[in-house]
Amino acid sequence: MSNLLQENLNVINLGIDDFYQTLLKHGVAAVQVDWKPPLVFDKKLLDAIFLNREKIEKANQEALEKVQKSRPMLIGIDQAKNVIPGMTPKLILHAGPPITWNRMCGPMKGAIIGALLYEGLAKSEDEAQTLAASGEIQYSPCHEHQTVGPMAGVVSYSMPVFILENKEYKNRAYCTMNEGLGKVLRYGAYSDEVILKLKWMENILYPILKDALSLSGAIDLKNIIAQALHMGDELHNRNRAGTSLFYRAMAPHILKTNRLKEDQIAVLNFINGNDHFFLNLSMPASKVSLDAARGVKNSSMLTVMARNGTDFGIQLSGMDQEWFVGPADVPDALFFPGFSKADANPDIGDSAITETAGLGGFAIAASPAIVQFVGGSAQDAINYTMEMYEISVGENSVYQIPYLNFRGTPTGIDVLKVVEKNILPFIDTGVAHKKPGIGQVGAGVLSAPALPFKIAYEKFASSFIKGEK
Amino acid sequence: MSSIEGIIKKGDYFDSITLMIVSKKMREMRGVVDSAIVMGSAENISILQSAGLMVSSFQNCTDSDLLLVVHAENEGIANSTLLAADEMLLHLKKNKKAVSGGKEIIKSLEAAKARLPKANLTIISVAGKFAYAAGLEALYLNQNIMLFSDNMSIDEERSLKELAKKKNLLVMGPDCGTAIVSGAPLAFANSVREGKVGIVGASGTGMQEISTLIHNMGQGISHALGTGGRDIKEEIGGISFLHALSMLKEDEKTKVIVLVAKPPHQKVLEKIGEAAANIKKPIVAVFLGATRECVEKYKMIYAPTLEQGAFLAAKILDQKAKIESETYPAIEKPKGVPLKYLRALYSGGTFCYESLLMLKELGIENLYSNAHATSVKLLSNSNVSQEHTVIDLGEDEFTKGRPHPMIDYTLRNRRIMEEIRRDDTGVILLDLVIGYGANMNPREEFIPTIIQAKKEAPHIPIICFITGTDSDPQNRQLLIGSLKKCGALVVYTNAQALQLAVRMI
Repeated sequence: MSNLLQENLNVINLGIDDFYQTLLKHGVAAVQVDWKPPLVFDKKLLDAIFLNREKIEKANQEALEKVQKSRPMLIGIDQAKNVIPGMTPKLILHAGPPITWNRMCGPMKGAIIGALLYEGLAKSEDEAQTLAASGEIQYSPCHEHQTVGPMAGVVSYSMPVFILENKEYKNRAYCTMNEGLGKVLRYGAYSDEVILKLKWMENILYPILKDALSLSGAIDLKNIIAQALHMGDELHNRNRAGTSLFYRAMAPHILKTNRLKEDQIAVLNFINGNDHFFLNLSMPASKVSLDAARGVKNSSMLTVMARNGTDFGIQLSGMDQEWFVGPADVPDALFFPGFSKADANPDIGDSAITETAGLGGFAIAASPAIVQFVGGSAQDAINYTMEMYEISVGENSVYQIPYLNFRGTPTGIDVLKVVEKNILPFIDTGVAHKKPGIGQVGAGVLSAPALPFKIAYEKFASSFIKGEK
Repeated sequence: MSSIEGIIKKGDYFDSITLMIVSKKMREMRGVVDSAIVMGSAENISILQSAGLMVSSFQNCTDSDLLLVVHAENEGIANSTLLAADEMLLHLKKNKKAVSGGKEIIKSLEAAKARLPKANLTIISVAGKFAYAAGLEALYLNQNIMLFSDNMSIDEERSLKELAKKKNLLVMGPDCGTAIVSGAPLAFANSVREGKVGIVGASGTGMQEISTLIHNMGQGISHALGTGGRDIKEEIGGISFLHALSMLKEDEKTKVIVLVAKPPHQKVLEKIGEAAANIKKPIVAVFLGATRECVEKYKMIYAPTLEQGAFLAAKILDQKAKIESETYPAIEKPKGVPLKYLRALYSGGTFCYESLLMLKELGIENLYSNAHATSVKLLSNSNVSQEHTVIDLGEDEFTKGRPHPMIDYTLRNRRIMEEIRRDDTGVILLDLVIGYGANMNPREEFIPTIIQAKKEAPHIPIICFITGTDSDPQNRQLLIGSLKKCGALVVYTNAQALQLAVRMI
């Protein structure tokens, strides 16, 4: 027998606000739900989800637990050809879901031209264009090669990459080293200075860091990320603390390497001068943790959110390897002087892997220094993080937000919650110029587009109806 | 040149009552012919189309888009009205943020339950097609439910109720407009004192009438549990009605039980009767239109009207209980002039139904209505009275895209003036339902129409009764005073109003 009449009345009001006000006036404990219609409304699917809810939640807990238990370690650096699975001289990896040359956006094409010049596969821009479109070059998402890349995310055969290992599950992830700001390949620039810097990174930065790492031993990135969150980073648009901590960990070992002093100084200055150096470690750290949660049967938790500048794609743990894709939106951003939204390329990069792992936009409450991106007040940032708890499977056990009494960051996006609550993941991002070769024009935030989530929800829910599970 | 302009606001959402209020304010602006603010569902699009408020840009909108449209005397007015409406909505949104005081805004049932872990009742008033999903989730979170939403399919209603039954939870509704749980008024309910009478009702207005009359007789309500009108049909089988009844059986505060509904389906009545026969507390049954015999068969106390139901229940607790009344001198029916007719304009659906039954009992022939009832003729046009006419202004035909007549008096005020200006109107009968959820300002929005009506046609009696209490925010006593002052004949129940009215025609 229900005890409603014997218990104290405690009411949840979903809908008309007046009813809530009346309850408050009568001293009834009540909460008001700020309700929105769901993104997908299909009774058959609703029933399918409802009937399987417990199974799904259990699977999601299991997937989340894998993310929580993961221990991302930086164990080395090597060239892509030596470590990235499936890497070949004519293969170029890119950010986001799969895409053909003719559908690629400007910055992506620019970065590929730059990579072909860098690899010596083409001698000029024209030659690179022709080769890129010829069919001779293969393109594949970084994510399908245990790799992530910011912005265009282009990785080619000889580029040096960080090697991360998940100490708990032994899986690995890879990411290039961050080039810094200004004219850089990841924003689609491919002028001589861009190629020269990449060559410097290959010839000076890479060997020195490689040596330094062999002296220092593996670096615990989970530890650095947890500290950086306490120091005001959200590890996507702000990596200043993470970079500083990494610098502090590496500097003595860089000096211990048997290399030219001027090169050592150049390497130290390069890391020190680039607040985003650590982004290329927070991303693969997120990737290697989420990859451990792939393939958990019945799980509706996201393992990937990624954009290629044309499309936005997601992957689910329970439907491993399948991409759910829709058009990418143009971010709301603060633009550098002389640029506006009209110059902006749609959202691009694998860096939304940080949000997928509970960092970036999900942890923005930890990063008051960058609240100008989200409306200017610290409360705005807190509201965004609080909202992300609504669509997350749970909270991170190690990554915490000081202001929220060290509550774990919202972690593990549940596509069902996204669709049912009509709350889209909140992503911090850099903005590229839509034309190749120009580079970054701003930074800002945006909500993920609804379509990939709708498609994923529909396929996931129908899988229970067809009895595929 | 008149002009229709519309805008789409992507991803914005407001509850239906807020939208209707803003839409009403838009219609009141100078130069505006008509307007609407709705979510972009297929149903709303067809409403816009039939109202002549469709603009081409709405073709590709989705459920989660907010549509604003204005039909105005010219494009300038249309656009400035849209701008003003947009600002009103922005203002409301800001208010919402301000009210939250920087606190977390809760966006889902799940989060609400986490915030209020002891939550044991969820009120759902979202658009009907989403109510089922919300209901499922609420049951999953072990919530009793009050479903204010309507337009839910009967299959959905049944599956929610069957699931709730398994979990020992109560589902009130769909289309349950009112309830009182442990003294707290839910949705459209009145401020009544706590007491010993428990009510189970498949009729919202009926429950409000009985609970307020009991309060006004000095007694009080333990709980008033609604079931929604369809619960007692064969398809649902009275699942909620029976559950609510058993809850009141177990409840120690409840000493007397009142049941109020249109007559349940025969099989459902049997189940209710059997359950009732097993309850030691006295049970008064107001099954409007049912025979005395079929109620007494189950050892329940028969009450033919709402008024009687309240009276008999109060009398069990207090021998001296008495319904308030007023004596008006017999009014001479004018001789030698054509027969004049009754025009009863109700905002409460149950009153309309009760009237049709009572008027037949009182020997009134040629009865027309927009509501279906046996041997009552259907009006050929609900907007035009024929002979004796009894109207339910809460019917769907009057409420599409606008608030219920208990909230928005516009349509009824207009209708009152139309009846006053007809030469075959003999007497006008009105209900006035106050309380939470109802219009908060009848003295500004209802009384002036009565004043105007009495001024234009002092010879046409206007009979009015108020459903409410002196502790309702609108204050019944003050309203009675105002109504009397402007020449209306104030009585205290629908039955009294009908008895007085038939003496005048």
